Amino acid sequence: MSDIQNFKSYDPFADTGEEETQTKSFDYIHIRIQQRNGRKTLTTITGLPKEISQKKILKEFKKIFACNGTIVENEDYGQVIQLQGDHRLKVQQFLVDEKIATKSQVKIHGF
Amino acid sequence: MKKKKKKKKDKSLDTAAAASETAEAQVEDPMAMFGEKKKKKKKKTATLEADTPRSESPAEVDSIASFGEKKKKKKKRPNLAEFEAQLKADGGIDDVVEEQAEEKPENTSEESWLDSDRDYTYDELLTRIFKILREKNPDLVGEKKRYTIVPPQVHREGSRKTVFFNLVEICKRMHRQPEHVIQFLFAELGTSGSIDGSQRLVIKGRFQQKQIENILKRYIMEYVTCKVCKSPETILEKDNRIFFLHCEACGAVKSVSTIKTGFKAQTEKRAAQRAAQ
Repeated sequence: MSDIQNFKSYDPFADTGEEETQTKSFDYIHIRIQQRNGRKTLTTITGLPKEISQKKILKEFKKIFACNGTIVENEDYGQVIQLQGDHRLKVQQFLVDEKIATKSQVKIHGF
Repeated sequence: MKKKKKKKKDKSLDTAAAASETAEAQVEDPMAMFGEKKKKKKKKTATLEADTPRSESPAEVDSIASFGEKKKKKKKRPNLAEFEAQLKADGGIDDVVEEQAEEKPENTSEESWLDSDRDYTYDELLTRIFKILREKNPDLVGEKKRYTIVPPQVHREGSRKTVFFNLVEICKRMHRQPEHVIQFLFAELGTSGSIDGSQRLVIKGRFQQKQIENILKRYIMEYVTCKVCKSPETILEKDNRIFFLHCEACGAVKSVSTIKTGFKAQTEKRAAQRAAQ
């Protein structure tokens, strides 16, 4: 019996440990849109990783998309970036290009 | 095949023309899901193809003459199309069907490994089994039925409200509770609304039919189609505060995420908000 080695070499039920916790700690980044008066809209970005300075990202967004925006503190969602206008796709593209998140980690909401 | 060729051709053309053209082509696609027949779609793309040489020149004029309005419109359009394309890629309900249809004519040289020494490849075996299946019992492979829903009837009521007429009908077809669908709609649109006396949904804010359609499509992807077999015959059940998707076709059970409204920014004036409280 003891010469069957391949049963021993790898236990599929053993805890793999670190890897899972790493992937689980990353939540989705939600990009939402809200209607304002007239045909104006507002883009909100929640769930950005905390390691990244929101301020710097906001600055980049404002520069690239040529819009204004702010950071709003929220009890449930932490820091939320608000941008004027519909920049959902551009934001996603930016996040993917800068390797902040993969495309599947970014969720776009709204119409 | 036809579609792919066309896209390649476009790339070599003026990029602006290509962008607007593909945008139009992709806008067509979601309509196919909403009850329109495939035949019609093909016809339209064919006519579009014929138009491309002509549409090249006006597009160039556009980029030279900087009409503020026109440029704006252009910028927006490809974006929307891109989003829709990505939507399609995410859900891939009708994509699967199309891809299968496209691949068939490509691999006509089946069993070519018989003549040479080399091993067969996976693709070759795949086409072989599909070919045999199609010959022996065609109803097993048969083209997948497209899941279609009635296009939503959406009208503006006044200047700030939108009325969604056939919500209940659509819900019935999807076998979903209207409450659940409404919850999803409001969460995605970031607004609120109510059901009026004659079972119509009144949504606050201006929305077009296409936008509602998009959201419904996303709802179907998330909460209607079975993740395992892509069948739309599913039932949503609540068990211990968690929603589960039971597939009628394959028996799979999967939990679905709860609908979250998410962050809502302040859009109305503070004074008005205070008055409402």
